[in-house]
Parts: sequence; structure tokens; C-alpha cells
Amino acid sequence: MDVIILQLFNGFSISSILLLIALGLSITFGLMKVINMAHGELIMIGAYTAYVVQNLFADYMPASMFGWYFALAIPVSFAVAFVFGLVLEMGLIRFLYGRPLDSLLATWGVGLMLQQLARSIFGAPNVGVKSPAWLDGGMTVGDNVFPYKRLFIIGLVLVCLLVMYLYIYRSHPGRRMRAVMQNREMAACLGISTRRVDATTFAIGSGIAGIAGCALTLIGPIGPTIGTYYIVDAFMVVVLGGVGKLVGTVFGALGIGLSNTLFEYWTTASLGKVLVFLCIVAFLQWKPSGFVAMRSRSLDN
Amino acid sequence: MLAVQQLEAGYGESVILRGVTLQVRPGQVVCLLGRNGVGKTTLMKSIMGVLKARKGTVSYKGDDLTRRAPGQRAKKGIGYVPQGREVFAQLTVFENVLLGLEASGSKTRVIPDAAIAKFPVLPAMYDRRGGDLSGGQQQQLAFARALASEPDLLLLDEPCEGIQPSIVDDIRDVIRAIKADGKTSILLAEQSLEFVKSVGDYFYILEKGAVAWEGGLADLNDEVIRQYLTV
Repeated sequence: MDVIILQLFNGFSISSILLLIALGLSITFGLMKVINMAHGELIMIGAYTAYVVQNLFADYMPASMFGWYFALAIPVSFAVAFVFGLVLEMGLIRFLYGRPLDSLLATWGVGLMLQQLARSIFGAPNVGVKSPAWLDGGMTVGDNVFPYKRLFIIGLVLVCLLVMYLYIYRSHPGRRMRAVMQNREMAACLGISTRRVDATTFAIGSGIAGIAGCALTLIGPIGPTIGTYYIVDAFMVVVLGGVGKLVGTVFGALGIGLSNTLFEYWTTASLGKVLVFLCIVAFLQWKPSGFVAMRSRSLDN
Repeated sequence: MLAVQQLEAGYGESVILRGVTLQVRPGQVVCLLGRNGVGKTTLMKSIMGVLKARKGTVSYKGDDLTRRAPGQRAKKGIGYVPQGREVFAQLTVFENVLLGLEASGSKTRVIPDAAIAKFPVLPAMYDRRGGDLSGGQQQQLAFARALASEPDLLLLDEPCEGIQPSIVDDIRDVIRAIKADGKTSILLAEQSLEFVKSVGDYFYILEKGAVAWEGGLADLNDEVIRQYLTV
């Protein structure tokens, strides 16, 4: 029984990390259809932002305050990645809408540049971010220990999901955003500034990648190429979940995270990964549009 | 109010409009007639700004709009009901109508009663998705969305296309009601001669991308119809 609970917890933990790195992509790729290969580097930017905030706290704040650097690092990571995303959209992406291959190559190049930028500033070796003391240890239930860091990431994902849901589906800017993504021309005819909506939407997706990067500092050391580890997983989650729907991304992350844990438990780490990929390939053969497909009688185009 | 001067527009290499000149005066219902492919929809798109004009000007209330984006034209008070309705399929009916308010610039976000009162079926369907409505319901939704911004000029592109007769009658009533209010002018592109005769004040007939004939209701006689409209 304990084993099952522990494996389930691990599954949810992995799912939460996958979801966090895929959430931003579900906006830039899912909603905007931009293949942004630099998404991983936006995650990396968020991670290094957390590192910088930590160092600033260590240098300038009293030691007793150090534990709270992480609470500040999350919004700052969002803001820094948001600004990078905004510059990227205004300087490059906006010329490449509707040209997936071009944007794939161009953003990949941007990703390489950002990696080199990180290497030049912070050096090639990985750097460690010391987690705040209040996230050390874990919650003991029966014989199992659930680390606070993992629980914190699960909570962070839930908060991000909730805020994103409220923004996209319940706010005025969110409504404008969905209108532009569905029918750009008509949205423009109604007086919506499609340029501004594009820029902010992309920047928000990038900002969420920044939060993901900030959370990844809790799991391990970070380096200039940290984003490349996660970019494939992120795209996989979004494609498996079904492009364009938030709830699809949630299912995608849960599906991959849980099956990954179970397969690894039943077999070995590498064979488990292979089995997960096989399942995804098989599933996409059966349902090419993913878990949650958009259906409507007027959506034939 | 709306003045189009020697407008030329087209898609890619092909030129569709070859120097169209027309006017819409305040409170008038001006109808645009012509066989298929003479450029009615292209003209509507050029007036709204979806299509860029190659030559000529579009001016509205004395302002030159020729180089303005569609959104700015909407904010100037031009409402657009496009051909094919173009409702946002994934958004609810209510959200669709709310989006009509974007151009009005009001911060209150309240849908004017006048916009929705003419379509009593819509409030009952507020929570359904726009894409789930029937064609006729979508047409009414597109109307309500355009009226939400309380435009001074309404561009209607084939509002009766593929719509059941009872809703065509409803749309006719709506156009007449707008006309009776006298606050909003209408430019109506339509195939059905019977329909435009029942609502129009002034008529333009397009042929090969230019105005071939214009005149009032009394002048729109059988000979004109035979010459320009009979297939």
C-alpha cells in the first residue's frame, strides 16, 4: 500500500513539473501556434533569475531574511522572462506568424544565443541554488515522507493553473486574446489591437516559462543548457494534451507523468522511458489531435 | 458621411475594384447590388480596412481612413457584419456580444439594451458557444455584436445568405427599426432584389468592379434590372 502511495506521489510530482514547463508553451504554441524552440531558454532565464535573486539576498539582506528570497524570486523570474518574451516577440516572432518552419529555425538560433549569453555571464559550469530552509524536510504520512519541495511545486502549479484559467477564460484581456487567436481578422474589425494582444500573449507564455525555471532550481543545479532537457518534454505534453486547450495540457502532463513513474517502477528507468514514448506514439496514431480536441460545427477551417 | 472615391483594390495580382465611387448619407440605407463576383464583398472589406486600398480614398465623417487599420475604423463608429458571419466559434454567445463593445471605448462593459432587444432569442443562449448556433442564430449574433458598439454606420455583407425565411423577415424588421431610429446609416450588400427594395433608400449596382448604375427606388425599374442584374 505504501509503495503504491509513494509511486502515485512521485507520478503527481513529475506531472506537476511537466505541467509547469508546458504551461507557458501551451500559450505560445497551443494558442498562438508559434513553434518556439527558445522556450527552454526562457525557462533557463527564469532559473538564473532565481539564482541572481538568491545571491542578492545573500549579499545585501540580513541572514534571517534569506529564506524568503524564493518568494520574491518567483514574481521576478516571471517579470524577467516576460520582458525577454516581449522583446523576442516584437523583434522577431511577429515577422514569422504563419511560418512555422522559419520560426522554428529562428527561435532555435535565439535559444543558442541565449545559452551563450548565460555562459558568458554565469560561466559554463552548473550553479546551485540553495533552497530556502522552510522547504527542507518533508511531511511524514505513515511510513512515507513527502518532501516539502515537491509539495510546493505541486501547489505552485495549481496556483499558476488557476491564475491562467481566470486570466484566459474570465478576464477582459483573456477574452480579447481568445478572440484574436480564433479569428484575427474579425477581432481586428471589432476594434481589438491584435498587435498588442499578440505581444502580451507571447510575453505571458514566456513569463510562465520563467516561473517554471524558478521552480526547477528546487530540484537540482542549473546550467546554461537546462532548457534543452525540458523542451522536448514540454512540446510532448502540449501535443499529447491537444493543442489550444488548457485542460488538455493538464491531462497531457498527468498522462506522461503518471505512466512514466509506473513504467519505471515496473521495469527500469530507461525501458520505462521507451515504453512511455511508445504509448505516446500509439496514442497519437489513434487520436492525432490529442486528448482534448476542439470541436465545433463551424470550426472546419 | 461615408465617401468612397475612385477606390481600387484586389487580392494579390488580381484587381477587383477599378475605381468605385459611392456615398452614404446620415440615416440612409444604401444598397449595393450586382451579380456574383462584381466586387461587393471586396468593397465592404476595403471600406472596413481588412483589404488595403491600392488607389483612391475612403473617408468617413470628413476623416481620411484610407490608411487606417480596421480597429481604428471600428472605433470611429463603423460596425461590420461580414459575409459568413465570422462569429467566434469557441467563445460563448455572451462573450461574442461583449467583444462588440471593444470599439465603443466605454469602460462600463454594459451591452446596450438596443443592441440586444432586437434579438430576443440571444439572451437565452448566452452560455452556449457561438459555433454551436445555427446559421440564422449566428447571423443574429453577428448583428448584435456589431450593434453593441452603437455604430453610426453599419456595413452588412449579405446578411440573408443561407438564412431561413422567418429569420430573413426578422433581419428585415431589424434594418427597418434601425432606419426608423435614424441614428445609424447602413450600407447593405445583398443579392435578393426583393429584400433590398423593401429596405433601401438609394442603390448602387456594381459591374466589373465599378459602379454601373446608381439611383433611388423609383428609378430601379425593370430595364435596369434586366440590364445589370438578370443572369
